[in-house]
Amino acid sequence: MAIRSIDLAVPSTLPPERGWAGRLWLFLRKNPLGAVGGVVVLLLLLAAVFAEVLATHNPIRTSTRVLVSPGAEFWLGSDNLGRDLWSRLVYGSRISLLVGVASTLLGAVAGGLVGLASGYIGGKTDLIAQRLMDIMQALPILVLALVMAAALGPSLVNTIIAISVVIAPRAARVVRASVLAIREFVYIEAASALGVRHTRIAFRHILPNTFGPFVVLVTAQLGGAILAEAALSFLGLGVPEPYPSWGRMLSIAAAEYAQKAPWLVIYPGIAISLAVFATNLLGDALRDGLDPRLRGD
Amino acid sequence: MKVYIFKRLVIAGVTLLGMSILIFVLMRLAPGNITDMIFESAGYVDEADRRKLEAELGIDKPVVVQYGRWLGEFLSGDLGKSYRYDLPAWEVIKPRLPVTLELAFLALAFSVLLGVPAGVISAIRRGRPIDYALRVFSLAGLSMPSFWLGMIVILLLVRSLGWIPSMTYVSPFDNLGANLFQFLLPGLAVGYRSSALIMRITRSTMLEVLREDYIRTAWAKGQRETLVVWRHALKNASLPVITLIGIEFAFLIGGLIVTETVFNLPGVARYLVDAIQFRDYPIVQNLVMLIAVVVVFANLTVDLLYTWLDPRIKYGKA
Repeated sequence: MAIRSIDLAVPSTLPPERGWAGRLWLFLRKNPLGAVGGVVVLLLLLAAVFAEVLATHNPIRTSTRVLVSPGAEFWLGSDNLGRDLWSRLVYGSRISLLVGVASTLLGAVAGGLVGLASGYIGGKTDLIAQRLMDIMQALPILVLALVMAAALGPSLVNTIIAISVVIAPRAARVVRASVLAIREFVYIEAASALGVRHTRIAFRHILPNTFGPFVVLVTAQLGGAILAEAALSFLGLGVPEPYPSWGRMLSIAAAEYAQKAPWLVIYPGIAISLAVFATNLLGDALRDGLDPRLRGD
Repeated sequence: MKVYIFKRLVIAGVTLLGMSILIFVLMRLAPGNITDMIFESAGYVDEADRRKLEAELGIDKPVVVQYGRWLGEFLSGDLGKSYRYDLPAWEVIKPRLPVTLELAFLALAFSVLLGVPAGVISAIRRGRPIDYALRVFSLAGLSMPSFWLGMIVILLLVRSLGWIPSMTYVSPFDNLGANLFQFLLPGLAVGYRSSALIMRITRSTMLEVLREDYIRTAWAKGQRETLVVWRHALKNASLPVITLIGIEFAFLIGGLIVTETVFNLPGVARYLVDAIQFRDYPIVQNLVMLIAVVVVFANLTVDLLYTWLDPRIKYGKA
């Protein structure tokens, strides 16, 4: 409140107060690429929600019209089982976005908290946390996923867990590296000298300053998670049939028909790339907008 | 510092021990074992034969005994026997190592050579057309699955040149040209993707560092741009970049599995998938343990590099 009154004392240098719509407009105008990314993400979310409306065929019903070129009947062609590629892509957005968002959030929040505790508390906590992270990171994603697929049977939930387990140590490492540097700043020493509680220093003084790298990481991982699901499903270890998953569509079967029906390879890949590209664009813009040190220039 | 390094080596050992237990347990959570696989393909199961085979392979013993025996053998450098190929595991792994190492090295080299300069240039020209162009280029790399990129490249090559990817691996010592031709595209496909991550983190930390007082001082002293950017700024911005390269190392192996599959390269990564599906325990366990050893020591190196790159971080106190 005190700061607000100082602001009001020098009104001539302040820009006019903006509502949320105004701030959003300013943000989008300063980040045209981010705006493009945001629009595409929104469109994909809408496609996922309104898949029933957008799809022209039942995505899992097979027919005798196999490997038909893109045209009036099948907008993007049909696959080797005579299923409509466009409808499968539309329904596939549900799986890709669900797995991507759920696994990223799960992994990043868990990993970020571990990184904060590890970097701030230090000592034994740091060592134990880092060793656990080392063990988890020494496991290549596909090994863990393969074993889980074999032990529990490939499923949606197992795919989400497998990917989040891979993301968590990356989030922990990045947050910890920032915390280690921030911990040495004078203002942390000052807060500590003033008798501020450790949890408050950690969550109020340190955590917000790790936000920039954290958001970059989370958005990069969101794209990465969508890609990981694609790779797992490509190898036949991710989301099982009958769910139409973009990665699954690219799997060995589609590769076999690549020369005869290149659309089977081209369109699912474009769908994956577009979704990941859009989340990455949006993430970059968010980063530029959210990091207080970069604001207002 | 010596004490710290010694401590870290001990801890690395503990980590690997934890890893070995984890992998051993995970492999056995899965239902069925190699005998199921062997007898399934034969179509007829004689319980006596099966028990005989299990005894031969040592998988009828208690799990703890199996684990102890495996660990002892691994530590003495014996990688055991591949059940499926009836060959010493090392004989199966050895010819595949150079394929994966060459691919990994090319991919890592491409990613750093593309990523770091692109990130720096993008940061110092923030908001200019070159910044947007580099960001879009690198984001496109981050967005395309490397195996899809590989499939498209092969599709285009076949369509335009009638070229079909070679089915057999060519050693660089036999024919360097053919070998590079075989590895350049998959290396670039994996490396392009990793370079995007490196470029992003380089750009974002460079933007932060370029705002620091000491950079302003360097500018004020009238130092040349190249010196300020590449010496003063990049050195302090390299901390998160090196973290990422360290992490990337483990992740790279995952990328190699699909890329080796798409480009038909007989590497270790692709073989790992086969071995897991066949529950060929010695191959899987030893491959994963070898990967774990490499990753643990990569992380140790990264942590030690921190103190050298950023003296504000002190480890001795811990």
